[in-house]
Amino acid sequence: MISEKHLSLPLSEDDVRSFHLGDAVRLSGVIYTARDEAHMRILGVMEKGDSLPVDFKDSAVFHCGPIMQKNDDGWKVVAAGPTTSSRMNALEPGFIEKTGVRAVIGKGGMNEKTLDAMKKYGCVYLAMTGGAALVAADHIKGIKGVYWAELGEPEAVWVLEVEDFGPLTVAMDAHGGSIYEDVRRNVEKNLPEIKSKLGLKQ
Amino acid sequence: MIDGKLVEDVTVELLRKAAVYLPHDVKAALERSYDDEKDDTAKAQLKTILENIALAGEKGLPMCQDTGVHLFYVDLCGIRDSATISGSEASRHVGKHNVSWITDAIAQGVRRATREVPLRPNTVNPLTRENPGDNTGMHMPHINFRTSDNDYLEITVMMKGAGSENMSCMRMLTPSQGVAGIKEFVLESLVSAGGNPCPPVILGIGIGGSADICTCLAKEALLRPLGTHHHDEKIALLERELYDALKDIGIGPMGLGGRTTLLGVHVEYADCHTASLPVAVNFQCWAARRATARIYEDGRVEYPSHDGGK
Repeated sequence: MISEKHLSLPLSEDDVRSFHLGDAVRLSGVIYTARDEAHMRILGVMEKGDSLPVDFKDSAVFHCGPIMQKNDDGWKVVAAGPTTSSRMNALEPGFIEKTGVRAVIGKGGMNEKTLDAMKKYGCVYLAMTGGAALVAADHIKGIKGVYWAELGEPEAVWVLEVEDFGPLTVAMDAHGGSIYEDVRRNVEKNLPEIKSKLGLKQ
Repeated sequence: MIDGKLVEDVTVELLRKAAVYLPHDVKAALERSYDDEKDDTAKAQLKTILENIALAGEKGLPMCQDTGVHLFYVDLCGIRDSATISGSEASRHVGKHNVSWITDAIAQGVRRATREVPLRPNTVNPLTRENPGDNTGMHMPHINFRTSDNDYLEITVMMKGAGSENMSCMRMLTPSQGVAGIKEFVLESLVSAGGNPCPPVILGIGIGGSADICTCLAKEALLRPLGTHHHDEKIALLERELYDALKDIGIGPMGLGGRTTLLGVHVEYADCHTASLPVAVNFQCWAARRATARIYEDGRVEYPSHDGGK
């Protein structure tokens, strides 16, 4: 069994640099959702030198477009699993550099430029099980706010109070290591045998 | 009597069942994968998936926040001259192609299910990205009408999330590339998708027809329950061969490595032009959400995909 590390936000650079590939992590504190539209808007706002409504520094950005329900007491989370992170590949290196975010939570992994930015600025990628939206929602204890709601429910920035949020797996570390890269190399190694089983030329 | 209100109600129920409860064949395949998996990280992913499925059933809530766009397949009954089914206002002959009331009723069901289940409002204008908030819009929900000799109206819904759909690919091969070309294209598609489509996945492969037909067939292949094979022996053999070879590729659950990458490989085909060999691959994430209803003329409804009361 893999033992789990429980950490509270905000995260320090030392915290994230101590993570190793395959570590199981749970986070408590405040995290923020952001997908394609929010990433673009955040970078646009920062480029103009304007201030953001939320501060990502030393916090975690969650690639997620949740299902939310509004009742008399405010917003309630229904389901909130991770979305495909690679859609943000072109935006994430800049996002990490400019916001000082320490962890990116998502699924499927990200590209080499993002991995480089993580190494340079001290950030990690925490993989969450795609589709496991109710396990994730179970660890979201409250909605502290929503920004840019006009982007639509999936694309808005939701401020989430989480407790033991996870399970999360350190899949890209702050030292240039990536499970996805290891898997890619392993797949590459398996290809000759697969091709031979399919009767294909090598 | 089958009327608009009944079709609307059935649509809401279909979307609820699909979003909350996986079909038995998919759940059983995931349980087998968990038992067979040796890799720690991979096993932890599958454990979370199974916990999440159980949680969805207990809470009656969607298992995944991406409740997809909604693709409907409606097999019309009453195509024979004598059969009629009733519309919301007056009795109509479905055989005379008057099905707009079914389209309206399904769209109304989608709007209600979006509020009631609830589902995430996913459909947006492709250019402005404006979200109407109710999962409807131009050609959405998408409804495929098919004809049948059934004595019931059959409606199947597939909820297709973007994580898996975004990995879809289609290529016009040349006839000389042949079966080897098809296999190479499928292998290449699987490798390049990696962990993005939320593996373990089901591969839907459409071969032949034309560019549009093979793409539709790749999607329709995903409607078949796991464990079933194409009735054409040559196609069934290709399904088995692809599954046996590709299952050991090593991508693993969520692309984190391990032995569980595939739940199944389904192939559908159509004959094609002598100068063509179109092929398409459609990925289905582990949350293979589909549901089927049969509506009889007396108003009785069965849900064969989810029998057993769920």
